[in-house]
Amino acid sequence: MNAALAIIALVTVGSAAAAMLGRNLLRSILMLAVSWAGAAAFYLWAGAQFVAFAQVLVYLGAISMVALFAVLLTRQSRDEPAAAPAARRRGVLAVAAAAAVAAVLLWAVKKTPLPVAWRPVPSTTVRELGAQLMGRHGAALLVVGVLLTIALIGGVVLASDRAYEKPEDKP
Amino acid sequence: MSAPLIAEPLLERAPLIARDWLTHALPEPLRWIANSLITIVVLLTVFGLLFAFLTLAERKVLGRVQNRPGPNRTGWAGLLQPFADGIKMLTKEDIVPRTADRVLHFLAPVAILGFSFLTFAVIPYGRHLVPVELDAGILYFFAAGSATELSIFMAGWSSHNKYALVAAMRALAQLISYELPLLLSAVPVVLAAGTLSASGIVEAQAGYKWGLVPHWHVLTPWGAASFAVFFISALSESNRSPFDLPEAESELIAGHLTEYSGFKYALFFMAEYFGMCALCGMAVTLFLGGWQAPLPALEFIPSYAWFSAKLLALLLVFIWVRATLPRLRMDQLTRFAWKFLVPLALVNLGASAFWSLTFAWTGPMQAVRWAVSLALAVGPFLLLGLRLGSGIGKRTYRCA
Repeated sequence: MNAALAIIALVTVGSAAAAMLGRNLLRSILMLAVSWAGAAAFYLWAGAQFVAFAQVLVYLGAISMVALFAVLLTRQSRDEPAAAPAARRRGVLAVAAAAAVAAVLLWAVKKTPLPVAWRPVPSTTVRELGAQLMGRHGAALLVVGVLLTIALIGGVVLASDRAYEKPEDKP
Repeated sequence: MSAPLIAEPLLERAPLIARDWLTHALPEPLRWIANSLITIVVLLTVFGLLFAFLTLAERKVLGRVQNRPGPNRTGWAGLLQPFADGIKMLTKEDIVPRTADRVLHFLAPVAILGFSFLTFAVIPYGRHLVPVELDAGILYFFAAGSATELSIFMAGWSSHNKYALVAAMRALAQLISYELPLLLSAVPVVLAAGTLSASGIVEAQAGYKWGLVPHWHVLTPWGAASFAVFFISALSESNRSPFDLPEAESELIAGHLTEYSGFKYALFFMAEYFGMCALCGMAVTLFLGGWQAPLPALEFIPSYAWFSAKLLALLLVFIWVRATLPRLRMDQLTRFAWKFLVPLALVNLGASAFWSLTFAWTGPMQAVRWAVSLALAVGPFLLLGLRLGSGIGKRTYRCA
């Protein structure tokens, strides 16, 4: 069983590293998608079917599309590689931002109690997941929902900006 | 697979008996692998042949609708036509553009075929014929289906052709738009059945009212509305007419497939038909009772025969729709998805919740239950449908 875990970890981390190191943005996104699929495989390995399929549905199906569209719609030239860190200031800022994210993640990992001792596997049916989401984590779910709705409205407002309408687009 | 097999007719268990007869001599861990391999091979063969003869049936039916005979030269009444087509596709030159991203260009058809074949794994084809029994089978089905979008993008981008890229983005816009109503129309079924397992949903539709009317979801008000939304979205998700804009062979030189030729093109075609079969199979599972017989007296016919009959009937409706309806425009397509199907599916979710909550109502309250459910299904349909055309100017026709 550990061999499977090793393969999954290798694929996940390797494709994430490839996504980070590559100069071609679109290939990077596709490698990132492989990495997300690896995370889904890990959930499957750990016995969390529901989370694994949700991961594939949300990350491979939706988030990768958002990333692809964002890159395609903002890029100037088709073959332009990702801009290199030209200035030292930019490099320092990038490292600082990465360090901040890493610090937050590490803090969260350190604070989470991880029981090492063996416990019976909790039976996680979909009904139970739903009850947990609606009951104990209801507030968090609401906050996420409101955030996404605001983002959606913002997107609609940006997209329907009449100021950018060109005369030749009118009938 | 399950215990109470003894009382059932022989025909029902025939596929399992045949499989066990083939693998009974093997030791235990090998037998499991052999059984899985046999399942995969059988699925590939059955759906490969179904794909081949579906193309023939499509051309024949389209021919009959248009008052011409259709292909009738190869073999008896054109029965060998699919194989002639296959040989033609195999022997065609495989052209890859010089500037194409070769790896992705090669991977795209493989990935799309792989993902669309994965969706076959969870569909219950019969009482004992479920390739993989998953607790979250429905979720798995949609997850595998949504991963095909990535391959469409890969195809469009790796061709290094701006028309292919733009066409791929248009195809993605369509697929994403219709994925939402597709998922939302499956949610009421999950709500009513209380399970995400495909077999569980089929079992939830067992039994007959007054010993005559089956308990299929399509025979409830919310179920009928959900089925309609699901079916329309399935037409769009599998690039079928009237939503075949991504390919639009008469206008767009096949969209994101422009730079594909030979067998790679055939693989895309195959993936499209596989996706169509899988979505029809899921529609049968979710709404049409899966492998359940329509009448108690007809239960002697094996369950997989019922499933196949329902699947073929739905596929024929797909072909019929293609022969009947003209293609939509892009703005009509997205307007239809976002302003009609999505709100309808959302309202329908409420209707399904009402139906589930009023499960215990009897006598005259039963009539109230039906009336409210019918109003919840028909009312939004009429309201949204009448407003669908608003905002578009009056249509003018000009002679070319």
